[in-house]
Amino acid sequence: MAGKPKLHYTKGRGKMESIRWLLAAAGVEFEEEFIETKEDLEKLRSDGVLLFQQVPMVEIDGMRMVQTRAILSYIAAKYNLYGKDLKERAWIDMYVEGTTDLMGMIMYLPFQPADTKEKNLALIIERATARYFPVYEKALKDHGQDYLVGNKLSWADVHLLEAILMVEECKADVLSAFPQLQAFKGRISNIPTIKKFLQPGSQRKPPTDEKFVAVVRKIFNI
Amino acid sequence: MSGKPRLTYLNGRGRMESIRWLLAAAGVEAEVYLETKEQYDKLIKDGFLLFQQVPLVEIDGMKMVQTRAIMSYIAGKYNLYGKDLKERAMIDMYVEGISDLMQMILVFPFSPPDAKEKNLESIKERATNRYFPVFEKVLKQHGQDFLVGNKFSWADVQLMEAILAVEEKIPAVLSGFPQLQVFKTKMSNMPTIKKFLQPGSPRKPPPDAHYVETVLKMFK
Repeated sequence: MAGKPKLHYTKGRGKMESIRWLLAAAGVEFEEEFIETKEDLEKLRSDGVLLFQQVPMVEIDGMRMVQTRAILSYIAAKYNLYGKDLKERAWIDMYVEGTTDLMGMIMYLPFQPADTKEKNLALIIERATARYFPVYEKALKDHGQDYLVGNKLSWADVHLLEAILMVEECKADVLSAFPQLQAFKGRISNIPTIKKFLQPGSQRKPPTDEKFVAVVRKIFNI
Repeated sequence: MSGKPRLTYLNGRGRMESIRWLLAAAGVEAEVYLETKEQYDKLIKDGFLLFQQVPLVEIDGMKMVQTRAIMSYIAGKYNLYGKDLKERAMIDMYVEGISDLMQMILVFPFSPPDAKEKNLESIKERATNRYFPVFEKVLKQHGQDFLVGNKFSWADVQLMEAILAVEEKIPAVLSGFPQLQVFKTKMSNMPTIKKFLQPGSPRKPPPDAHYVETVLKMFK
């Protein structure tokens, strides 16, 4: 009775994008039901299928999972992308929390007042190049392996690639001082499941533009 | 090299408090308190902080950062994380929901004076309309003492912490939640939690003006 996972969210990246990435990397086919109007969200709420009245929500293995991190942890563990023991999991968790903080900044950028955009964009680049990327650069340099943790592809690698591409959308040459990350980007992008996800026609969503911001504001009343 | 973790943070609740709660079962070796920006800058300069941030928990030879990563590790290590993947999924969902509520309380002391009343209303609204009803229902439906798998877990610790934190601001908040009232009493009597709730434990008091000032100076 294992149908495909079914994702409930808007047609944009938001908090669901990392889940799409991880499922795709794991080679798991999934379906999507898009929330397009306020009424769509209200219906999900009144149907009682959103534990805390929020999306993302993913129907998977008989559960209606909510809370992005809970969903991602479950997928990572189920598809062997979570390390081999508690300590490897700890490292994967630490790395993922870092990339989550970085991608969180980028996610909110389109929703911020126009007069703060430039300042916030500068902060994102500063954090990426001074706080986050150096950590992953060093980790890869120190052990010389292809993957961040345990010499094996994990959630941390998928999440880092997603973050790198998102920051590059903000500043194309942001990896110029990070040779390890450049090589990493090339390697991970060539993993067949990920390569497929990066091609046109996949379920990967485009960056959020002004038009979509207006749609999201209406749906979530923000 | 005792087995007990060493905590580095300010002398207050902040993001470390949930970790102290979770460690109540295991005990803590020591706490290092950051009181000045210079101390904090030194930690960064010495390369102790992976992302230049605290909380920092030195445990099992690792310098762990990132609150959720630390708590997941502790929960896993001390068998507070369910018996299988699905129980872990339930615990994670519950913990994440409670975390969102705790986040509102975490930032509350830092809101401008004219926003405080509105923010307090929001906390009350979310607690009573979004979060507490979920756990009230879960406990009612299975009739067990603990939220997941009929066994004490991270989710129970986190919920207990949240109930007490909200009650500090809204004393009668549990009045519509009989299951949660019973839960609160039961949890208070769990030996490790009981000990944690007694004076002299690592538990920290609610944030005061001095704490707010220290945070603002340290983290700009």
